[in-house]
Amino acid sequence: MSQIETFYEVMRKQGITRRSFMKYCSLTASALGLGPSFVPQIAHAMETKPRTPVIWVNGLECTCCSESFIRGAHPLAKDVVLSMISLDYSETLMAAAGHHAEAALEETIEKYKGNYILAVEGNPPLNEDGMFCIVGGKPFVEQLKHAAKHAKAVISWGACASYGCVQAAKPNPTQATPVHKVITDKPIIKVPGCPPIAEVMTGVITYMLTFDRLPELDRQGRPAMFYGQRIHDKCYRRPHFDAGQFVETWDDENARKGYCLYKMGCKGPTTYNACSTVRWNEGVSFPIQSGHGCIGCSEDGFWDQGSFYDRVTDLTQFGIEKNADQIGTAAAGVVGAGVAAHAAISALKAAQRKTQDKKEEA
Amino acid sequence: MSDQSIHTPNRDVDPLRTSQLTGDATAEDIESIRVRTSVFVYEWPVRLWHWLNALCIVVLIFTGWFIASPLPSMNFAEATYQFVMGYMRFGHFAAAQIMTVAFFGRIYWAIVGNHHSKQLFYLPLTNKEWWKEIAFEIRWYLFLEKEPKKYVGHNPLAQVAMFFFMTLGLSFMIITGWALYAEGAQAGSLSHNVMGWLIGWVGNTQILHSVHHLGMWFIIIFMIIHIYVAIREDIMSRQSMVSTMISGTRTFKDDRPE
Repeated sequence: MSQIETFYEVMRKQGITRRSFMKYCSLTASALGLGPSFVPQIAHAMETKPRTPVIWVNGLECTCCSESFIRGAHPLAKDVVLSMISLDYSETLMAAAGHHAEAALEETIEKYKGNYILAVEGNPPLNEDGMFCIVGGKPFVEQLKHAAKHAKAVISWGACASYGCVQAAKPNPTQATPVHKVITDKPIIKVPGCPPIAEVMTGVITYMLTFDRLPELDRQGRPAMFYGQRIHDKCYRRPHFDAGQFVETWDDENARKGYCLYKMGCKGPTTYNACSTVRWNEGVSFPIQSGHGCIGCSEDGFWDQGSFYDRVTDLTQFGIEKNADQIGTAAAGVVGAGVAAHAAISALKAAQRKTQDKKEEA
Repeated sequence: MSDQSIHTPNRDVDPLRTSQLTGDATAEDIESIRVRTSVFVYEWPVRLWHWLNALCIVVLIFTGWFIASPLPSMNFAEATYQFVMGYMRFGHFAAAQIMTVAFFGRIYWAIVGNHHSKQLFYLPLTNKEWWKEIAFEIRWYLFLEKEPKKYVGHNPLAQVAMFFFMTLGLSFMIITGWALYAEGAQAGSLSHNVMGWLIGWVGNTQILHSVHHLGMWFIIIFMIIHIYVAIREDIMSRQSMVSTMISGTRTFKDDRPE
């Protein structure tokens, strides 16, 4: 494998002249508020700093993250893959296969110890020693641990790597486990979603390359710039929610008018993602715009939160498919009936005592 | 003791022994009971809190119910001029904020107020007499005791109920409620700075919605029991109940010492 190209070499290859490159460095310096003396330093960094190597591994998953990623438009996925990063191992995108592919993985790990980023799509199943997911003849969990050992940082792509997704839904027979519960000694960025939005994926990578550090993460370890707000708070149907105008059934007049999907079980109020701002497919649409509620795919354990179509969802924690209202009504009913019976007995007892007292007096 | 009293105090009688042993009646209470048939229990901040809290709970249950299961869609105006769900949420948040402030005020009063203002916030678990009287109260409610005992404040069983339903129940609703409010207020807001940790801890906040909703039913069940027992004991026990929370004074119906 050849030495990884620097940013300068890539820019020259794309037809940018040395003159334009120096102009770019000057502009960058002034944009950052630095003096002219910094221009040579920036140019030097761009000329010598190799692009960040990325190893992209796939565990238990459906490849929807990769599918989403290659549809990235801002920046284009091809620019990310061919110019910005050095994607040294990706089973889906690489030309090599079999032993060549595995050799490329080993070489990258060896050559860039502590400097590469590990991107994980899917998660490792831990049951039966990880035999439910085999990569290159070995359980995926071994490849993951091996590749993570010398990684600078780990990106957990999608709901699988971040939270476990469908394969970790109850009862989780393969014991599919999110990455952060297997790799505990590396900085991990969760980019959840099923799949994550393409621009969010490329955006996270671009940020890490540009600033050479992790983006600001929220309490759950997700980039705050994309996962800091709820779908509900940025939804274009929000005025209908506040007005109390809801879709009541899928084919009613309200659905045609584009009213709020809250009553149809939309999980927008509990889902943190950028769908209602960035949208999908170059900003064409997103689920709610297409008339279906959000299913909360970027939230922890979204498969185990009851129906996608209920607002007050079933509480499977109780081991029965009952929601809070059904449980509450039953409990309040029992207590209410108990109170009524108790009141009746109290009244009878009091009456009985009164008669007895009268008899005694007589 | 003044000689002008209409009572003939019996100095050798020690009234309300059980109430004293369970940590309910104070020495002052006993002095009061010696000269009159009533004793002052609940100071005005406690009574004000009780009724304010009750009002807030009613508003919160009503609005909370219609936030989880909204009213049928209304189309009397364009969305811009209509604010049905908005007002519902406003009512919920306003009542919740009043309830929170009142609850903190109540905690403050438990610190500076009289002995009976503290009963809501602790359980005297090491007091053997207290446990014994819980068993007695249970027997009373199972019609196995002929008549109940006199208490100045809460009887031990009532204290348990109050502690679990109100002290713990209200705290739970305030904590989960503020975390849910923080979701809308977003990172950087006061509520998010204070309660954001809970959002991060539960992960998927649909869980938070569900448990907050279950909490509502917990409070409803408390209301059913509380109102029933207050009225029943007002009629059947040997002391006043409902009026005590209005005037603050507990009146005893008989003058027997125990």
